[in-house]
Amino acid sequence: MLRGNLSFDVAHLLAGSLVLVSFMQLYQDRLYALLNIYALHALVLAASVGWQAFVQDAPHLYVTAVIALVFKAIVIPAALHRIIVRLGIHREIETVVGAGPTMLLGMGLVALSMVVMLRVTAEADPLAREDLAFALSVVLLGLLMMVTRRNAVSQVVGFMSLENGLVLAATGAKGMPLVVEISVAFSVLIAFIVVGIFLFRIRERFDTVDIQALDRFRGERQ
Amino acid sequence: MIDALAGVLIIPAAAAVLLAVLPGYRLTARLNVLAALLTFVTASSLFFVHPESGAYLLVDDLNKVFIVLTTFVGFTTSVFSASYIGHEIEIGRLTPRFVRFYHAMYQVLMFAMNLALVANNIGLMWVAIEMATLTTVLMVGIYRTHEALEAAWKYFILGSVGIALALFGTILIYMAARPVIGEGADAMVWSTLMSHAAQFDPALLNVAFIFLLLGYGTKVGLAPLHAWLPDAHAEGPTPISAVLSGLLLNVALYALLRFKMLLALNPEAIAPGPLMVIMGLISCLFAAFMLYRRRDIKRMFAYSSIEHMGIIVFAFGMGGALANFAGLLHMTMHSLTKSAIFFAVGHIAQVKGTQKIADMGGLTVSNPVLGWGLVLGVVAIAGLPPLGIFMSEFLVLSSTFAREPWLAIILALGILVALGGLFLRLNTIAFGAPRGPTAKAEASYVPMFTHLALVFMAGIYMPAPLVKGFENVARLLG
Repeated sequence: MLRGNLSFDVAHLLAGSLVLVSFMQLYQDRLYALLNIYALHALVLAASVGWQAFVQDAPHLYVTAVIALVFKAIVIPAALHRIIVRLGIHREIETVVGAGPTMLLGMGLVALSMVVMLRVTAEADPLAREDLAFALSVVLLGLLMMVTRRNAVSQVVGFMSLENGLVLAATGAKGMPLVVEISVAFSVLIAFIVVGIFLFRIRERFDTVDIQALDRFRGERQ
Repeated sequence: MIDALAGVLIIPAAAAVLLAVLPGYRLTARLNVLAALLTFVTASSLFFVHPESGAYLLVDDLNKVFIVLTTFVGFTTSVFSASYIGHEIEIGRLTPRFVRFYHAMYQVLMFAMNLALVANNIGLMWVAIEMATLTTVLMVGIYRTHEALEAAWKYFILGSVGIALALFGTILIYMAARPVIGEGADAMVWSTLMSHAAQFDPALLNVAFIFLLLGYGTKVGLAPLHAWLPDAHAEGPTPISAVLSGLLLNVALYALLRFKMLLALNPEAIAPGPLMVIMGLISCLFAAFMLYRRRDIKRMFAYSSIEHMGIIVFAFGMGGALANFAGLLHMTMHSLTKSAIFFAVGHIAQVKGTQKIADMGGLTVSNPVLGWGLVLGVVAIAGLPPLGIFMSEFLVLSSTFAREPWLAIILALGILVALGGLFLRLNTIAFGAPRGPTAKAEASYVPMFTHLALVFMAGIYMPAPLVKGFENVARLLG
């Protein structure tokens, strides 16, 4: 029984921390800091997935945990770091909405996901339920981040933290087949390639990664 | 033995590898056509041979229709693409290296779409749709202009968000299925899911469907999640616009329909119909009004695609044998017509050297074949008799009138407004004194007129086996 409680508590703690780190991302106004927080986000995710692998006795989840640790927490932040240096855009991020309102909105979203998920999963086992509620919060916070930023790099970070939420949900669903883990890793990989190409091309063409600059070239403005 | 089902996957996959390494555009363009033709023939054979559905691949009456339509339009588009790309190389808009990449990607896209259609696993289907999205993102950005990059970026971001929401919905479906079916891969297999759907937790299914509707709905291009669609259509190479409108939107719709069928089997879950009806109506009305302010020809037809996807989703949302039949017919007709229009538009834009409507005019005088082809296409897409889309729109409207007259009136308003918008622009483009360059187009008219002939025929006479097949599927859809 102790084991059961402990496993629940640790999983709960880690999933909760992931939501907390998502909040921390929301108010970072410097790109370097944002990347560091994202690395932390991935680290917490790795710990959470690793714990799930241990608790569920599902060794294949360790693979997902390692991917999260190596790829998301180290490789991607390092690569984005380099891109930022190369582009010389380590100045402030312009958020469309200020930090205060963003945080309030974020709290609203977390409340929303709690209400929705806890209500509909009343019969599921408690761990899966809480995990799912936290995962939805992380997904929504990632979305919020994507809409409140207009810098391409921070939008990508928002997208990646959204994806972390999905991984959390997938691992929380006990016995979810390997297909999804592979697919998530796969998609992260591709997303990274695509982003790499895009950033490269954007630099080539605009000398800025500010999405606002892209807007000027919209097809229908004359 | 390799059956036809595996064939529709293996052929494009092998062709993609081959096209990625082979040099020379003439050879690769022909190979592309050949591969697409082979895939189409293999897909058509599904009507005669009946491969067994396995744990990963599935074939039934519903996806047969989609596969054959996809591979057919894929084939005709590859024919169009060969002449289109030839011109792009001549004027130096694409370099040979990019053309090689383009052809390989074209086959990867075909592979991904076929995989999404035959997947018997909701996870696999998700992966396939994601793959199709990413391929098209790369193709939309291939011209590397400001506009193309912005369009690709927007498409990438919105598409990813959509696909992320769809994955969350997929996970929720698994969560709902697990207590009933048990852990492991079985709880993601369509055929198993369908047979147990009645016992799933309805609350979880409801939430899952909302996510799936938003997620895959983004890919269908439903308002208000459509923002990527006009840009992606306008800035990419025209064959890709044709494939996007004609096929990729259908594939996403197919995913949505499967989940709708799943929900329909559970008596306590919400009825997915009304949600789809609302989103369909909004898309149709919104896009119809947006048609009036368009200055870019490809963008205009992109909005018309949103309008038609709205009508199709509306029809499937209404449900029932007749509305489903109308929806299926409309989807088929729209795919054929819209890709035919894009074939015409592609050559027109090449002749005129621009996509701005203001800079083109009098096409029926300067380039009669292209001009009249476009006129015919627009007449078809606007839903005038006796063409196929008139038939299907009439069926949608009349079946709705019998049940919900008010909804039918709103839908009819949307269709009429769209008709006005399309003809207003068509008048500028096709008639009057010729404007802009009037060079002869080196076009392949065969794909365009094949599609238009099929649409024309469907408006007058539909072969009995086809009607029967559609009726069958319509019943399946519930």
